[in-house]
Amino acid sequence: MPTESDETMPLRTSDDVVRVRQAVRARAVSAGFSLVDQTKLVTAASEVGRNTVDYGGGGTLRIEVVSNGRRRGVRLTFTDQGPGIADLTLAMKDGYTSGSGLGLGLGGAKRLSNEFDIRSAPGQGTIVTLARWT
Amino acid sequence: MGEIPILRIGDCLLVSIQVDMHDRLALALQDDLTERIVADRARGVMIDISALEIVDSFIGRMLNNIAAMSRVLDAITVVVGMRPAVAITLVELGLGLTGVRTALNVDKGLALIRNIIDNPERDDANRIR
Repeated sequence: MPTESDETMPLRTSDDVVRVRQAVRARAVSAGFSLVDQTKLVTAASEVGRNTVDYGGGGTLRIEVVSNGRRRGVRLTFTDQGPGIADLTLAMKDGYTSGSGLGLGLGGAKRLSNEFDIRSAPGQGTIVTLARWT
Repeated sequence: MGEIPILRIGDCLLVSIQVDMHDRLALALQDDLTERIVADRARGVMIDISALEIVDSFIGRMLNNIAAMSRVLDAITVVVGMRPAVAITLVELGLGLTGVRTALNVDKGLALIRNIIDNPERDDANRIR
């Protein structure tokens, strides 16, 4: 699968989450996403990016613009070395939160994505990969 | 103090969010508005989000909180100007904003606030719970 662009940015503060939203928007525009698809991807990035900062103790986001021949897509990989998540099923459930949020972040981000994958274990950090296609 | 100006029009407060808010700024706006409702004895709060390109769960929670706090302080909150792509995304995200009144634009929002203040009994019958 050819990669058209590939960049990695830091995710340490809530200002970084704003920068991530802007960068993901720019990449979604360059990949030819419709306005609704752009908005869904940016919203998903904001949800997962906030988790990386608030629960993962900060990390990075890798943004790739990819193509499978017929369609173009944007793939986002959020990586942190935080405490990790013991129960992934519970963490994905709407309404569950270990913090002060609404608990819609991960489940909501999954619904807004075409592909979604989360890997985590206690003490091992968390990697969330999501993608949306045109 | 936050950096988002709060304007007073009669007994209403108007906020137009023109920047991509980081989370602390959203929390500061929530606190500032709550204080201003009391200080200005406001009956209505209108929040214009027409410049917002996304509303995620954090900003949605802020809007819910402002609506709930203003209700406790005997004021009405109306959110105006939501973009269609934002509305579609919010519903898919799972955030219904059920406690928040909305109107298409500032004119309709002001009319809604005026109507509810003048006819409080009708509002109770119409409110979505």
